[in-house]
Amino acid sequence: MQYHSVPHRDQRSPSGETISAPASLLAVSSPDSRLTGRIHSVETCGSVDGPGLRFVVFMQGCPLRCLYCHNPDCRDITGGQVTTVEALIAEIQRYRSYMQASGGGVTVSGGEPLLQPEFVAELMRQCQALGIHTALDTSGFSDLTSAQQVLQYTDLVLLDIKSYDPQRFIQVTQVSREPTLCIARYLHQIGKPTWIRFVLVPGLTDDGENVAGLAQFVASLTNIERVEVLPFHQMGAYKWEQLSYDYHLKETPPPSPELVERVRLQFREYGVSVR
Amino acid sequence: MFKQWTGFQVGQWTKEVNVRAFIQNNYTPYVGDETFLAAASERTSLLWDKVSFSMDVERQQGILDADTQVPAGITAHAPGYIAPDLELIVGLQTDQPLKRAIMPLGGIRVVQKSLEAYGYQLNPDTLKTFTQYRKTHNDGVFDAYTHEMRLARHSGIITGLPDAYGRGRIIGDYRRVALYGVDFLINDKQQQLQSLEVDELNETVIRQREELSEQIRALQELKEMAKQYGFDIGQPAATAQKAVQWTYFGYLGAIKEQNGAAMSLGRVSTFLDIYIQRDLNQGTLTETQAQELIDHFVMKLRMVRFLRTPAYNELFSGDPVWVTESIGGMGLDGRTLVTRTSFRFLHTLYNLGPAPEPNLTVLWSEQLPNNFKRFCAQVSIDTSSIQYENDDLMRTEYGDDYGIACCVSAMRIGKQMQFFGARVNLAKALLYAINGGKDEKSGKQIAPAYAPITADILDYDEVMAKFDVLMGWLAKLYVNTLNVIHYMHDKYCYERLEMALHDRDVYRTMACGIAGLSVVADSLSAIKHTQVKVIRDDAGLAIDYELMGNYPAFGNNDERVDSIAQEVVRRFMNHVRQHSTYRDAVPTQSILTITSNVVYGKKTGSTPDGRKAGEPFGPGANPMHGRDTKGAIAACESVAQLPYEHAQDGISYTFSIVPQALGKGETDQDRNLVGLLDGYFHNTGQHININVLNRDTLLDAMEHPEKYPQLTIRVSGYAVNFIKLTREQQQDVVSRTFHSRF
Repeated sequence: MQYHSVPHRDQRSPSGETISAPASLLAVSSPDSRLTGRIHSVETCGSVDGPGLRFVVFMQGCPLRCLYCHNPDCRDITGGQVTTVEALIAEIQRYRSYMQASGGGVTVSGGEPLLQPEFVAELMRQCQALGIHTALDTSGFSDLTSAQQVLQYTDLVLLDIKSYDPQRFIQVTQVSREPTLCIARYLHQIGKPTWIRFVLVPGLTDDGENVAGLAQFVASLTNIERVEVLPFHQMGAYKWEQLSYDYHLKETPPPSPELVERVRLQFREYGVSVR
Repeated sequence: MFKQWTGFQVGQWTKEVNVRAFIQNNYTPYVGDETFLAAASERTSLLWDKVSFSMDVERQQGILDADTQVPAGITAHAPGYIAPDLELIVGLQTDQPLKRAIMPLGGIRVVQKSLEAYGYQLNPDTLKTFTQYRKTHNDGVFDAYTHEMRLARHSGIITGLPDAYGRGRIIGDYRRVALYGVDFLINDKQQQLQSLEVDELNETVIRQREELSEQIRALQELKEMAKQYGFDIGQPAATAQKAVQWTYFGYLGAIKEQNGAAMSLGRVSTFLDIYIQRDLNQGTLTETQAQELIDHFVMKLRMVRFLRTPAYNELFSGDPVWVTESIGGMGLDGRTLVTRTSFRFLHTLYNLGPAPEPNLTVLWSEQLPNNFKRFCAQVSIDTSSIQYENDDLMRTEYGDDYGIACCVSAMRIGKQMQFFGARVNLAKALLYAINGGKDEKSGKQIAPAYAPITADILDYDEVMAKFDVLMGWLAKLYVNTLNVIHYMHDKYCYERLEMALHDRDVYRTMACGIAGLSVVADSLSAIKHTQVKVIRDDAGLAIDYELMGNYPAFGNNDERVDSIAQEVVRRFMNHVRQHSTYRDAVPTQSILTITSNVVYGKKTGSTPDGRKAGEPFGPGANPMHGRDTKGAIAACESVAQLPYEHAQDGISYTFSIVPQALGKGETDQDRNLVGLLDGYFHNTGQHININVLNRDTLLDAMEHPEKYPQLTIRVSGYAVNFIKLTREQQQDVVSRTFHSRF
């Protein structure tokens, strides 16, 4: 039923005062706790973005323009709120008993976390220093150097591959496929535990060749622990409306259980573990 | 030594009434999984079909039948059966299944009104008896109530008081009936009576002597009642079947005589497991038969009925009895108290389907066996019928043989009782503080008159100072009111049998309670962190509030407001502690509303947090609906940080989540729910109800109740049949925060 966690979006809430500090998108150079970043929100009970119960940080800003995006409110790099690593770490530490009991940890999602590599790297570095498991939920659309900066502190990568067919990839995301595949290969080289995520949209990403291509590619990597086939849903639709964005998938239904099963089977045929 | 004890290891329990020692000497901890469990037998299914059918008819009619003449009592009615050829465990409250008895000792007017509400007429002779010849608890209370008490009761700042019905929340140690037999217990009570032949017969001793004599009489009647069913319970139970039957007879005697607000069972599963294990070892019982015994016992517990007014229903809904059974936990010696019968009790939710009663309560410890934890999580996900309470927190206070009365009230079984005190409406108290003691709805002066707040913008320090004064007044009035109630309840409606299954000298608590905590905390947070403008009517009464900005709300693990909630709990408790209590009961308080958060909200005007007049409160200690925006665990943490030392009667939290938000697939969901419980209790949460449901299911059940006869959901402190809730309560449940982000 889901792709991955949905940020909070209830702007009517009386809580959570918005901090209106000036935008400092590019983080301070030296890694320290006062490093600032832009986040959309946090979710204290993440249960579908990595193992166990997870504290999920949704970073603000994304270079992709996915047709099926269910967090379009995370796109604008000047939106969200500015926070420090220090503040987040203090908050994260309050949930350690839940993480320990469930084998969970912290997941940095978004938006695209790799747009703010210094901040995310420092956040994950400090988590690891505290013995907290770290997961990075990314589209992989990043230069390798930025990614490497973060990956050295990442225990698990959740890599979203939006499509295998290069033209289809551009159609879905409006960006090129290559950076993602490049990072996928890099993860394979360094043996980084990775889950591949693939959003299944009827009429958009579901054709057999596209899926087979991806399955074949994934099968060639030795670091993949599982593939998650995430059925498209309409739960983000209202956000597109709120933001007055043009939403092209209004009429697209969720995939049928048969279709989901067919696609999962396609992955299994290549010897890939699928959820 | 009784011959019925053959095979048991002797110990302290053979010399004195000491069920805990018996359990410790004889039980078999179980760390395995659920695969040994047996499905419902054909006999069980046939019997349950009959019961379900009667319950269906009952639901359509309101009640199935009522006795309009004979006042209830342990031996008041002839034996009743569902289907004698199928029932392994027998005994009904009256001579017919689900037929309700009248219990006029609590108050005859309530009996009369309840009967009339369902189209029955109280027998005139019975009415005459309880108006002309025999005074009731209700009459006694109103003879002694002061003017101020009546005002406070009427305005709804103190509500739900057990002044017209049984107070309940007393757990008899029903296991004693099975372990010792009634003759042994009578003998023990006679010795206690003799021990009170002292030099000075003061009021305390006189009262205790009279009570002990009543207790002995009740035990004799219990023996007589069992005899009518063909059993001699003078002697200990010799087999597993008899142990279950004897224990149930003890409980049945109590519910035949007392219409208590909560009639909880205690902690019987591990006790019964010892008998079941003995029979299994001897080869006289199979697993299917063992499960049958528990299934049939639980069926009886699901059939407990009291005659109550529709107004009571509006508050609490769906015939709640709070047959609370506490399951699991750890022993003081580090062994788990989980046994196979802990599993068997939970398994009734599959064999008979989900149900609100008995109120199955798992005493959770981080040390519980993993298999049991996982099984509990699975049962919660499948049935939403379990509540969890923190054994690691409570064991240090109450030892390892306590049980939960009602929803969240822990007490040592057979050694402790409470004087149930319902709750005060703290949100209303805050409004009184702003309005100089006047009620915000009626404009009447309820609390003593003092200067109201006249500023346009509320000042935190000024409001807090006045609120503190108001809380002081309220605590005094509240404790005095409870003193009146419990004095009269002891005098006119004493729980003879339940107290017969206690030690001579019991530890008593005065269980106060508060409602509307999150409304108060958010209101004070709003006043402190943003500007709250007062809107007054022509008479100068503050009737509404306008918020000029946002504020941190309770339920987000935010120190800025959570500390206010903690402070309010501590302050009100300290005010309560300043007053002397009836029978020197130790004062405690709970943060619990059950379903009454809807009615309390209805009776309370607009509050400074932005809640409009009439809107429901959050249930129990829950955050207000929709204000917890950081996810389920942040909300758990706000509640977990409330100080249990200042709310020892329990802190109720109700948690609802859609299955997908717990993870992908059964394995992940089980593990995450176990993790959530471990984390919450590790961080000193006391209680949590777990609902795993889709909102769509509830919406459909509102429109098509006939499709969901057994849909059970947890509300603050207990479970209900969703379809038995009033429409308003159903809407409240549906509009509550359902953690659904994934």
